[in-house]
Amino acid sequence: MIHFDHAGKRYPGGFEALNGLSFEIAQGEMAFLTGHSGAGKSTVLKLIALIERASSGQVIVNGLNLAALRERRIPHLRRSIGMVFQNHRLLYDRTVFDNVALPLIISGHGHGEIGRRVRAALDKVGLLNKERAYPITLSGGEQQRVGIARAVVHKPPILLADEPTGNLDPDLSREVMELFRRFNQFGVTVLIASHDLDLITRLPYRILSLKAGRLTGERAALTA
Amino acid sequence: MKRHRTPAPPEAPRRGAERRAGVNRFSAWLRNHLRVFFNTLGQLYRAPLHALLTVAVIGIALALPAALYVLLQNTQRLADHWEGTAQISLFLKPSVSDDEAEKLAARVRGLAGIKQARVLSRAQALEEFRALSGLDQALAALGENPLPALLIVTPASEEPADAEAVLETLAALPEVETAELDLGWLKRLRALLDLMRRAVWLLGALLCSAVLLIMGNTLRLAIQNRHEEIELMRLIGATDTFLRRPFLYFGLMYGLLGALFALILLGLTLGLLAAPAKTLAALYNSSFEINGLGLNASLGLLALGALLGLAGAWLAVSRQLKQIQPG
Repeated sequence: MIHFDHAGKRYPGGFEALNGLSFEIAQGEMAFLTGHSGAGKSTVLKLIALIERASSGQVIVNGLNLAALRERRIPHLRRSIGMVFQNHRLLYDRTVFDNVALPLIISGHGHGEIGRRVRAALDKVGLLNKERAYPITLSGGEQQRVGIARAVVHKPPILLADEPTGNLDPDLSREVMELFRRFNQFGVTVLIASHDLDLITRLPYRILSLKAGRLTGERAALTA
Repeated sequence: MKRHRTPAPPEAPRRGAERRAGVNRFSAWLRNHLRVFFNTLGQLYRAPLHALLTVAVIGIALALPAALYVLLQNTQRLADHWEGTAQISLFLKPSVSDDEAEKLAARVRGLAGIKQARVLSRAQALEEFRALSGLDQALAALGENPLPALLIVTPASEEPADAEAVLETLAALPEVETAELDLGWLKRLRALLDLMRRAVWLLGALLCSAVLLIMGNTLRLAIQNRHEEIELMRLIGATDTFLRRPFLYFGLMYGLLGALFALILLGLTLGLLAAPAKTLAALYNSSFEINGLGLNASLGLLALGALLGLAGAWLAVSRQLKQIQPG
């Protein structure tokens, strides 16, 4: 589903964020990406969503060779990816419902369909009763769950998360990870960048460790 | 998380994914437009003062050339009216009798380019002069009629150049002492109208570019205010078209409302001017009334406003949006 083949990213000025990185995430797999800050975790996610383009090597996502993907096709790639951000990136002048509805509005779904899907997504993250609230009135954990609902509302085959538990206490972090686990059980390919080793080593999923833009270690998925 | 809906099936993200997900392209397009249209109305409604200020600025910028255009049209109408009665006065030699004058008139009527010719005999001329000048006593003191007989000729063509050609022919007649066609002031009026017309166009072009700039600036601010939102929308797969659309509607709506504002301003101004203009016209024995912009020109102004708003928005938005990319 996600395939990196000797992918490199060099920024103007010479900084090498990724260096010949190769790995593969299978369809329906859930995996963690870890490493210190600056190790290249976020860069990997940015290359997958084409927020940045690899400067060498190949990145193939969902069968699309990203190097060959033209600028105006990028929105279509991004619609197949749900993204969860550390700082949630919610729009604070809109209700929870309107925030979660954004991906559906972008792809032009009808009113009834939007209502149904948004409520289903909010139900999954346990925030059905908050649909009319404004994000600012919610706790950090709740805001993150709104962000997750928005990432999955259009049922993307891939879910990416960049430090989704970065601002949460351990209990909330476990809840959030549990949510990702459930989406993975529904068949969504999940890749999470996190430096919260305490949490992720206790979960049975594959862990890729990055250091200075290279893959330095890998723990295979534990079979329960 | 208490209940679970149907599991999310993984979907291929290729072309046609939207259709399979139950989204028809055309109805999606229509829905998007309707949504943006009502959102724009909602924005205007939520910030009425800001909207009114922008609309007023655009309205005034459009009202100025429109007002000049109305002034031009009305002056043109007045000028046409005067030119339609352009007459040539042939002062006949004192030796020409009234009879001979009548014969001459008949001959002149037969010439090319003449619409009408009538004789004002020496007695009639005196009568008219007496009535208009009020110099009764002075005339009586003169004893004899000092005025020559007059042939008043109306050229068929209202073009000054044609009238002048007719004048030359007539001046060459042996019975004619002097021939007069006061074209000087008509020419000046025409030149003035040409000047005004050009000024209206130039000023119009200038103020139209002002509307473009106003629109561009208003939208630049609007885009900056929504920088974060636009970045997020890009991250979740919004196309340029989708991001541009609300701003284009915004421009279109403001342009249209601005033009409407201009029409109202113009209507009010003309309403205030109508009564004094009528009084003035009455003093000149004329039934002249100021004409408004008219239906076609009004619709034209509305279309122009909408077009300028849209164009201004397009210019501002296309470049600005490109610069906002998630990083």
